[in-house]
Amino acid sequence: MRTADWRNRDHPSYWAFLVHRVSGLTLALFLPLHFWVLGRALAGEAALDEFLRWTEQPLVKASEVALVFLLAAHLAGGLRLLLIEFVGWRRQAKQSWVAIAAGVALFCALAFALNLY
Amino acid sequence: MAMREPELLEVDVWRSGGDAGGQFRTYAVPREDAQTVLDVVTWIQRKLDPTLAYRFACRVGMCGSCAMTVNGRARWTCRTHVAKVARGNRLQIAPLANLPVVRDLVVDMRAFFDKWAKAGGQFTPTASRRDDFVRVAPDTPARREVDAAIECIGCGVCYASCDIVAWNPAYLGPAALNRAWTLQNDVRDGDHPARLAAVAGDAGCHACHTQAACTERCPKQLSPTTSIAGLKRMTARAALKGEL
Ligand code: SF4
Ligand code: SF4
Ligand code: FES
Repeated sequence: MRTADWRNRDHPSYWAFLVHRVSGLTLALFLPLHFWVLGRALAGEAALDEFLRWTEQPLVKASEVALVFLLAAHLAGGLRLLLIEFVGWRRQAKQSWVAIAAGVALFCALAFALNLY
Repeated sequence: MAMREPELLEVDVWRSGGDAGGQFRTYAVPREDAQTVLDVVTWIQRKLDPTLAYRFACRVGMCGSCAMTVNGRARWTCRTHVAKVARGNRLQIAPLANLPVVRDLVVDMRAFFDKWAKAGGQFTPTASRRDDFVRVAPDTPARREVDAAIECIGCGVCYASCDIVAWNPAYLGPAALNRAWTLQNDVRDGDHPARLAAVAGDAGCHACHTQAACTERCPKQLSPTTSIAGLKRMTARAALKGEL
């Protein structure tokens, strides 16, 4: 038995699947860090403030934008799935859903980035 | 008038045998206008190597027997023009993925069709020949669902393109589930509850990840993804009502 290779997977729906999966996993990895930061608040105001000052660095800021992008991408991917599975979307509409999802994600990330700087 | 030298196609064809189970062998095939991939395979078998095994019947996209992997993607070869798929003058032709290779370009379709049976792919009549025809209005929602999914020719292209089939050998696959969906929407069929139970299991519709490779590749432009989504809703509704 032979298995299909990457040439079979090179289509918009698979890329959408991949973005959804990877963003989901990355966000899952980020969550413990997020909780740890919130936990700092319990350790006192100073500890939290010190950490928040650290997040002012450009590199950290940039990764925050990336994070918002991932969140938005994951959200858009989820909405796309809901539309496919609950609204019964058809083949012809496929590309547009992928595009709309990508658009929403980019828009959110950009809006966040503009707000930041 | 001088004869034009025919342009040559360089065709890598999967041949069985050897330690690895097989390898690609390269053939030179003259290129022609309106040539299909099936024409190329036939030319090789007729002119270069009569031992090449492949399968076809109708040559017009009806029987579903000629599917192969062409340049990495599953396609019906009788209706795929070389001009559409060749990269330069190169073509790579392999058997379908996700099914055992019998020889060369021929795969064993048994698992594929056994799963149709497992998914309740058979029509169960509720009337006899003494009854009048059932009239199913073309514009009812159920009839429309059937119409959108009924043209399947059983070629296995979707099955060979689906990652979930590769990951979970028990997965019923897009074609069998698409078939089950048409019958679940057929008002003449008398086996809806049993079929719904058959497609609701671990290897059924809920295993689908909605990657839509099946829909991307189906040569009949069907959307098994949509059919499977329909089954997901149907099973969920039945489960909520305690019918499943
Ligand atoms: S939509 Fe479902 S059945 Fe179709 S290729 Fe993807 S996982 Fe397979
Ligand atoms: S659903 Fe499409 S790709 Fe799958 S077996 Fe039927 S015709 Fe072939
Ligand atoms: S030979 Fe019948 S579909 Fe291609």
